[in-house]
Amino acid sequence: MTINGLKNHPYIPNSVPEVQARMLKEIGLSSLEQLHELIPESLKMTQSLMLPKPLVSEYELKRHVTRILDQNTHCEKYLNFLGAGCWQHYVPAVCDEINSRGEFLTAYGGEMYNDFGRFQALFEYQSMVAELVDMDVVNVPTMDWFQAAATSVLMAGRITNRETVLVPDLMDPDKFRAMANYCSPKMTLLPVGHDPVTGQIDMNDLKTKLNTGVAAVYFENPSFLGFIQIHGNEISEMAHKAGALSMVGVDPSSLGVLEPPSRYGADIVCGDLQPLGIHMNYGGGQAGFIATRDEQRFVMEYPSRLFGIVPTVKEGEYGFDDVAYDRTSFGNHREHGKEYVGTQAALWGITAGVYLAIMGPEGMADLGRTILQKSTYAKALLNDIPGVVASRFKSPGFKEFVVDFNGTGKTVEEINKALLGEGIFGGKDLSAEFSELGQSALYCVTEIHTQADIDRLIAALSRIMGHA
Amino acid sequence: MKAIQRNSKVRTGFHQAKWDEPIIFELTQKGERGIQVAGTEPGIRDRVGDGIDSIPEQLRRKIPPALPEISQPRVLRHYMRLSQQTLGADVNIEIGQGTCTVKYSPKINEMLARLPQITELHPLQPEETVQGIMEIFYKTDCFLREISGLDRFSFQPGGGSQGILTIASVFRRYFEVKGEAEQRNEIITTIYSHPSDAAAPAVKDFKIIYIGPDSDGYPDFEAFKAAVNERTAGFIVANPEDTGVYNPKIKDFTDLIHASGGLCGYDQANANGLLGVTRAKEAGFDMCFFNLHKTFSTPHGCGGPACGATGAIKRLEPFLPGPHINAIEGNDGKQRFAFDRTFDDRSIGKVRSWYGVAPVVLKAYAWIMSLGAEGLYETAKVAVLNNNYLFRKLMEIPCVDAPYIRGKQRVEQARYTLEKLTKETGITSGDIQRRIMDFGLHYWTSHHPYHVPEPFTLEPTETPSKEDLDEYIATLKHIFEEAYNNPDIIKTAPHRSSSHQVDSSWSDDPERWAITWRCYLKKTRQV
Amino acid sequence: MFCLGLIVNPIAGMGGRVGLKGTDGLAEKARQLGAIPMASIRAGRAVKGLSELRGDLLILSAPGEMGETVAKETGLSVKVLDMAPGDPTTAADTRRAAEMLKREGVDLILFAGGDGTARDICEAVGESVPAMGIPAGVKIHSPVFSRTPEAAGELILSIIRSRVEGKGPLFNLQEVLDIDEAAYREGYCNTALYGYLKVPAARQMQGRKAGSQISESGAQNQIALDFIDRMVENRYYFVGAGSTTRPIMENLNISHTLLGVDVILNRSLVKRDASEQEILQITQGMPYTIIITPIGGQGYLFGRGNQQISPELIQKAGKENIWIGATLQKIGTLKGEPFLVDTGDPETDRLMTGYVRVTINYHQEMIYPVA
Repeated sequence: MTINGLKNHPYIPNSVPEVQARMLKEIGLSSLEQLHELIPESLKMTQSLMLPKPLVSEYELKRHVTRILDQNTHCEKYLNFLGAGCWQHYVPAVCDEINSRGEFLTAYGGEMYNDFGRFQALFEYQSMVAELVDMDVVNVPTMDWFQAAATSVLMAGRITNRETVLVPDLMDPDKFRAMANYCSPKMTLLPVGHDPVTGQIDMNDLKTKLNTGVAAVYFENPSFLGFIQIHGNEISEMAHKAGALSMVGVDPSSLGVLEPPSRYGADIVCGDLQPLGIHMNYGGGQAGFIATRDEQRFVMEYPSRLFGIVPTVKEGEYGFDDVAYDRTSFGNHREHGKEYVGTQAALWGITAGVYLAIMGPEGMADLGRTILQKSTYAKALLNDIPGVVASRFKSPGFKEFVVDFNGTGKTVEEINKALLGEGIFGGKDLSAEFSELGQSALYCVTEIHTQADIDRLIAALSRIMGHA
Repeated sequence: MKAIQRNSKVRTGFHQAKWDEPIIFELTQKGERGIQVAGTEPGIRDRVGDGIDSIPEQLRRKIPPALPEISQPRVLRHYMRLSQQTLGADVNIEIGQGTCTVKYSPKINEMLARLPQITELHPLQPEETVQGIMEIFYKTDCFLREISGLDRFSFQPGGGSQGILTIASVFRRYFEVKGEAEQRNEIITTIYSHPSDAAAPAVKDFKIIYIGPDSDGYPDFEAFKAAVNERTAGFIVANPEDTGVYNPKIKDFTDLIHASGGLCGYDQANANGLLGVTRAKEAGFDMCFFNLHKTFSTPHGCGGPACGATGAIKRLEPFLPGPHINAIEGNDGKQRFAFDRTFDDRSIGKVRSWYGVAPVVLKAYAWIMSLGAEGLYETAKVAVLNNNYLFRKLMEIPCVDAPYIRGKQRVEQARYTLEKLTKETGITSGDIQRRIMDFGLHYWTSHHPYHVPEPFTLEPTETPSKEDLDEYIATLKHIFEEAYNNPDIIKTAPHRSSSHQVDSSWSDDPERWAITWRCYLKKTRQV
Repeated sequence: MFCLGLIVNPIAGMGGRVGLKGTDGLAEKARQLGAIPMASIRAGRAVKGLSELRGDLLILSAPGEMGETVAKETGLSVKVLDMAPGDPTTAADTRRAAEMLKREGVDLILFAGGDGTARDICEAVGESVPAMGIPAGVKIHSPVFSRTPEAAGELILSIIRSRVEGKGPLFNLQEVLDIDEAAYREGYCNTALYGYLKVPAARQMQGRKAGSQISESGAQNQIALDFIDRMVENRYYFVGAGSTTRPIMENLNISHTLLGVDVILNRSLVKRDASEQEILQITQGMPYTIIITPIGGQGYLFGRGNQQISPELIQKAGKENIWIGATLQKIGTLKGEPFLVDTGDPETDRLMTGYVRVTINYHQEMIYPVA
């Protein structure tokens, strides 16, 4: 049985039978069946794949796909308080305009001579994130924060020649899983306990676990559960004393108002770019960054590409190039030495650059202040609801916070279901992954929330709790 | 009116946009704003003040980030200019990215992926509010199962390398569960598989064993036999390899691995020419990955975001990263989609946040739907036709050759050598790479280290027309003639690009390299 | 001021064009057959691009055809060595010129010729002065030559430019190989390793799709680390000649030879540059492993170099106790041709045939054929 092809398809110029015949003749063949000569008959398919009938007309395709997507209820329709690593911020129109440009959208791995604009845009992205985190070196984006943190762990392993990294036990369990998979079997992640009241890293536990086998201490600011680690300086000092590095994961949307980790001793900073002008995309908007000082011992351990500015043969012309392309230092390691780099998330890097360029220092400060005000407001109002505690941890916070519903007699699942009925996506249910918190949820409030939005949440929750 | 004589084949008049654009920091003008952030209502301010005082003094930012201050039209113009200086696949005959399939990315798919019904979805929304996108994930999974013959796909891996890492992680986990991880610590691959097939398993601490080509140019089965033993965890390989050579004995290879207790992983980065023609399952593979951003048309975005959808046979399903999406029958008898968020003890956990890059999965879904089974088959046939047409025409040029499998067809791409040209003219393949930009085209040599001398690698896919291929061939011929008659013009190329040759010595020297603008200013003593 | 030494072997390359496979001792015959002095032309192509460095560069050249003529065409400052070469010039002239350049303290010796010329330079100056070849001979097996004459010029330009910035170039030790021309003319191809030259490293400019490429010297170090990690106590390790095996000794902080065989026990040196007899004595009743690298471009494991490792020693070790290290770059120079063994003892040669595991990086091996 022969398999039929689909002729005259709009995406395939040479699906025209007459052209095919001409080309076949030029290479001494008479039919398309004669191609694939090296594939043994026993491995060749004898019938067509079982796939739905093609929708060759663009209109039919559009109808079909939009009909499926219309089943979704998105966060511009419903009021959203979910965060937990993917955050709803306002995406300026310019960001989408630039990342929709066909030239950027469809470029790939050309040299600087082909893709000058791509090189410059990514160099500028590196440079602007460097200002934000106050570090001198930033890489071309990694897949996401998970990857950036995992790679930071391996970098720390290579730099210190040690095999354990201490992490907060209150970190994102998914991130822990991804880091653990990437780093095993060479590096071990060892969780450090926390103060049950404040959520802060337990300094005594940290002290006990910090020994000469520890490559780095990793913590986040703000932490996964939204509170700010206030002992950054002490943690860094303790790490350094033990010969370990201080590694901080950071939400860049906080850096207009919060001190960058370099100011409290961080040696490696990583984080996610999604808050910087990238839509949530159902979790597809994540992209990671890593930043360090401009010291050879750090730069040589990046597995990522690093674009640098260089002169060209023409005076007065900027050029760009891969810095330290031969990472010879990789040759000085055994098992820690191995990492690779492939397609990551460059377009989101360019987008983050556009975002930082239009926000400027004032925009980032305004963003941080607005988020602080709105989240503080939401916490205050939530706390006013009987039985509800916001936030669960007695620590300053940014953007996200844990709402403790244990005093309400209701489960988060029940509450969220009721909220959904009111057109609201309640915060992430923490009861399964952080059982010690009982019925608690992680709420996210950003600049997109108006006072009316927050008031609406409060009113809905009050109704659900039977107080209204 | 007079007839205008234009060179119809070679774009001798091409010039890339050259805006001589400053670095964005040089555009700064104190006080300019690119956007105003959504403000805070007085009601909120009255209740909580300025918010900053909730932060301990020592953690408040003292020195604002030195970001540029630029008004919106100037930022837009800057980036529009940079985009024009980028040779994306939308603007050139993109057959020169070598082993990286680049094909037409349909605009309708892009438009669909930018609807708020997907861009404004949060990954933790209740299932009943995301049935549409879950359906897309589930059905694309089903399509890939059919295309490969395997039983379950994860869309988490963010690219091909992460797909291979996932395969290697599953292999390691599989043997850990069996208690054989210590013993089975070797992964076999071939020298002409993508370098990631070795590099990613090395991250998982596997020892890598390479097999070279035999005297005919196929992966050496005798060497392979010498490699397989009780230490073998698995075989991870591309087929066709990056040279375009298809290994016809592939089933013998996978059989041998299985006989010795190992697993087989298929790097399907070069699968474009095989769609609907042959499958991973029949060739004996236990796992495989597809690059949705290559084979399934989604755009590369200057290097991501992307998706290396990774599949496994039933037996290895529990080892895949979670969560999975299943189709279940609802109370109303209708099909609905549900997450299985339980992590099997055997699962490798996570390789990327959430479920993968949803817009990429959506675009791949739309592409498959626009082609169906017959269209995928046509894609494979035309891609291979284009490649062999290009191959035949290029091999007619005296200074072009291609090692291995003489007289046989290539599949998806081919690796050529310009050794003769270099010997006769001193012009290297790298020189050609710079020169072809002067005609608005891409060209790629090979990964390092070069096994084929003075290599270049072309992968046409189904996208170019015959005329496009003829233009590429004519341009190469034109440049080869220059190599013999006017080599200086190639040595000093590019001439019509956005930039001229750079001096790479700056980039190797810690005292001089400048990875960010602030480094540049420091090292040039401008601050 | 950068001081560049220049030596042209004017008769290099004349043999090939007239089918003589090298000109060692046959220059007159080649000339009679109508050969053109290619070396001067090629040297000219190499130095042509240097004229822009006027004021920054001094060429110290051998006289006449041996470099002076070419050097003066550049318009740069040229100082000519005080020597009188023969006509035709000889290998001794090349060696003498190189020695004089070394004494003058040149920064780099640029020479045009083939493997024979490289051998002469190596014999005269060894690794003491950086050197680089312009490919102009019939036999170009040694990786001490630039890919093209122009590439040599470009590399010198970049070295001088980076020196202006106060930075030195990177050097690699590269093998000087040559074949016995008399045998070659008879149809036999016997290569031998004659030593090493200190060659400036060229930076690859193309094909960048991914970061973190590891350089060849990095890969050599990784091979050494792999070997060291596999070493066990109370076992002898005979480390054969080559720049691939050298990092083993460097990582163990042991002084070593480059062309000889060094003996290690429990990570310490037992005998440096051991002879065949010494090796045989050491091994009395003790387990041992032989660590070797093939000769680049030719692939000889035994029989060209490493002569101290006798067939008897190889036989007794057995295939599994012979560790072979080679970078992928080096294996690439073999163009898929198998490794060769020519110990003089057919039985030993047979023992090695089939496939061997070659360590190409830390925890990376290649299954490679041995003819």
